[in-house]
Amino acid sequence: MLAALVVIALLGGWEAYARLGSIDDFILPAPDQVAASLWEDRGLLWDNLLVTAQEVVLGLALALAAGALLALALHRFGPLRRAVYPLLVGTQAIPIVTIAPLLAAWFGYGLLPKLVIVALVCFFPIVVTTLDGLAAVDPEQHKLLRSLGASRAQTFRWVEAPAALPAALSGAKIAVAVGGIAAVFAEYAGSEKGLGHLLLQSIPQLETARAWAAVTVLAALAICCFALLALAERRLAPWAHRKDPDA
Amino acid sequence: MATRVGAPVVEARELEGEVRLQGLTRRFGEVVALQDVALRIAPREVVAVVGPSGCGKSTLLELVCGLQEPSDGTVHAGRAVLMPQRDLLLPWLDARDNAALPLRLAGTNKSDARAQAHALLTELGLDGFEASRTWELSGGMRQRVAVARTLLSGAPILCLDEPFGALDAITRADAQTWLSAILHRTPRTVLLVTHDVEEAAVLADRVLVLSPRPGRIVADLAVDLPRTATGRDPTDARVVAVRARALEALRGAMA
Ligand SMILES: Nc1ncnc2c1ncn2[C@@H]1O[C@H](COP(=O)(O)OP(=O)(O)O)[C@@H](O)[C@H]1O
Ligand SMILES: [Mg+2]
Repeated sequence: MLAALVVIALLGGWEAYARLGSIDDFILPAPDQVAASLWEDRGLLWDNLLVTAQEVVLGLALALAAGALLALALHRFGPLRRAVYPLLVGTQAIPIVTIAPLLAAWFGYGLLPKLVIVALVCFFPIVVTTLDGLAAVDPEQHKLLRSLGASRAQTFRWVEAPAALPAALSGAKIAVAVGGIAAVFAEYAGSEKGLGHLLLQSIPQLETARAWAAVTVLAALAICCFALLALAERRLAPWAHRKDPDA
Repeated sequence: MATRVGAPVVEARELEGEVRLQGLTRRFGEVVALQDVALRIAPREVVAVVGPSGCGKSTLLELVCGLQEPSDGTVHAGRAVLMPQRDLLLPWLDARDNAALPLRLAGTNKSDARAQAHALLTELGLDGFEASRTWELSGGMRQRVAVARTLLSGAPILCLDEPFGALDAITRADAQTWLSAILHRTPRTVLLVTHDVEEAAVLADRVLVLSPRPGRIVADLAVDLPRTATGRDPTDARVVAVRARALEALRGAMA
């Protein structure tokens, strides 16, 4: 409800600025022009959305798997964590535009390099939150499991994995917003389809309204992915948002 | 312990419930948490441990459970399971699966483990709550689940660390009753840490009083009253007398 009001206010301001201000339509189209493009180009936008959505969703899934696994490895082995963690932070400083051409050279222009780029960008927040989740397990809990004779694998199965799950999902929620941008950059580096590809074509053609329509669709994709992850979290880890008197 | 010819298996079981500590000392760097503790607990005996906070009670239980190594001295004990001060229920499991955890860890299949947990929870008055999430349970209910989990480990020795310390007076009296009932029906060796001398006198066969750090046994009081299925009456003159003696020993140790 409040979100809807905020959106309406923003759109109103934008419309007023685009119409009454001195900004050219080719630089900032008014919302009604974007809306018109959304409708007229719906077929085009839909086809390209499917491509980008696939890149984002599969890339995010890859990041979740790789990120959670890496977090577990880093959690298990202190020396590895100390050796690798700073390096991980370093990788996040590499601008995607510099490595995207390299990945295209290695993996071609298909889906794979896009997945790798989306996963590279998304996996870092997942590693960080998962590591935090694992570290937050009460040491007393480990003591209890040891007292009950649990093996390492059993401790993982009964305590660590369930503790890591909501943490990894909340990392994915953070990641999903940047995942869309990563997909766009990946498409810039070489592609025939996708919302990024559409953006890249629309801007020089002065189809600014179409470019903004593509951005709108991209934003909608991010919101949907975020909502799905939030739903998954509530379904798979209902305890994560409960205030346990003991926790 | 007398040798009983013809009953070697029973005797082996009984011995598993025995605890023998000799010259037990535990240091943490400069801090001496426990000093020169000698103790023998017979199988199925319930021994309460009272003492000022920081005197090494939790350390003693962890030593008996093999979760810590002594700095000096020896621990001889069968399999002992710790019930930590906080219940530490796993929020991703419901009440029944929390109670069934030790069975699952021991390799029991899910449905058998759940059936056993259900039976015990029912006995503890939690019928209808076995599918409850941990955050839906009251403090007293959580404690029942934690005790059920400890019992289902099947260990002959239970180390309970202030199990009812966080409960209000009425819930606590109730908890003492059901714990008495369960120990009456399935006797185990119990080491019960409590800060409440009355609880010690109501539940235990013996009350050990520890001195402030470094913890030493300053009194070992026998409660010469049979334990009952409902726990002793705290107003019984003999319980009151034990309580008074324990308090006196505690005061003496603090002075
Ligand atoms: N892991 C530890 N490292 C250092 N000191 C500890 C550790 N565990 C306990 N101690 C110290 O040992 C003493 C006894 O602790 P504890 O057994 O928890 O006491 P109690 O349970 O009687 O309150 C305390 O002074 C505590 O600070
Ligand atoms: Mg303690």
